[in-house]
Amino acid sequence: MTTAQATATTFECVVCGAPIELGDDTLQGELIDCGDCGTELEVVSTQPFLIQEAPQEAEDWGQ
Amino acid sequence: MSREVRVAIAGGSGYTGGELLRLLLFHPHVQVQQITSERFAGKPVTKVHPNLRKLTPLKFDKIGDLQPCDLLFLCLPHGETANRWDDFVRLAPKVIDLSADFRLNDAAAYRHAYKKHHPRPDLLQRFVYGIPELHRDEIRDADYVASAGCNATATILGLYPLYRAGVVDPERTVVEVKVGSSEAGNRANEGSHHPERSNCLRSFSPTGHRHVAEITQELSFGSKIQVHFSATAVDMVRGALATSHVFLNQGLEEKDVWKIYREHYAAEPFVRIVKERDGIYRYPEPKLLAGTNFCDVGFERDPASDRVVVISAIDNLMKGSAGQAVQALNLMCGFEERTALEFPGLHPV
Ligand SMILES: [Zn+2]
Repeated sequence: MTTAQATATTFECVVCGAPIELGDDTLQGELIDCGDCGTELEVVSTQPFLIQEAPQEAEDWGQ
Repeated sequence: MSREVRVAIAGGSGYTGGELLRLLLFHPHVQVQQITSERFAGKPVTKVHPNLRKLTPLKFDKIGDLQPCDLLFLCLPHGETANRWDDFVRLAPKVIDLSADFRLNDAAAYRHAYKKHHPRPDLLQRFVYGIPELHRDEIRDADYVASAGCNATATILGLYPLYRAGVVDPERTVVEVKVGSSEAGNRANEGSHHPERSNCLRSFSPTGHRHVAEITQELSFGSKIQVHFSATAVDMVRGALATSHVFLNQGLEEKDVWKIYREHYAAEPFVRIVKERDGIYRYPEPKLLAGTNFCDVGFERDPASDRVVVISAIDNLMKGSAGQAVQALNLMCGFEERTALEFPGLHPV
């Protein structure tokens, strides 16, 4: 193996528990959409990895 | 190898028969040999099912003229399958009945729901209840399948993971189903006259709906359960939406409920978990399912109580009847389960 391999770490979505893979090129502050529940997640730190729900924009969805 | 299974549809002039024919004409391994209608015998099927124009030369036959085939679909009024079973069983080794006649395993439950003695209680155990997500292996080995009711299908698929996991109070479930007008069939009555029916939200079955017996049968895992069920006809042609209120019997977070649903349905080809934080369609929406075989299931845990609201949607003529019956045919005949059922629906619609 001569090239550096990207490594991935698996996290659970904080809302639905779906597995989320974060590559080691993930940046602090990066936003990721959960494929299962659609929640926007924010990588608040990369060392160590820490994810939380991204701040929600104002609701504009009515009846 | 193609077109190796010869099928016939008895009772093919109704909405369910038309939907079955639409699906089977495009099934690569099925040849529709005959379709019957007493009223339209001798007429082209396109006279009744105009969407099939230029797609089939079939004409309706009388039921008495049915020839032997490999698999017979029965789309007859409730009671007919049981009363004429000895004639039908001679025609085909495999039968899928879309009526309510053989959905219940128990003659006493049938009597309670249909207010009469079952004419053929000896056959009740020979039919497999036709929801593949619950009985896939049995359907694969079955000769006779009783296709499930549409309201029952929507409700059962919504609630099954929670009941199976034993996490809800089994005696305290309240279900409200909203259904389109096609569920009532294609025979006109005074109530279906357009000026009377249009724009209605008609509570046609606040209590006492017959599908409750199916729901109870399929969701009881050894314990007594009670499902309180109401149905409302809404102003759409296709679609059924079940809103089910259940109460957790243990402290579960929304994430735990997610895990239960994912565990049961992640590998299912026709069940999708629909629950999103933003966007226009956050929960199951029947109009997006028109013509598809999907059941979309969503839920929300009430943060202020132990209530979970489960929302499940289907097209009543597809996953609620003909589509699910073709899914059963695929299993019974060893075809890939999604064959002829891959239409994804339309958006916008
Ligand atoms: Zn998620």
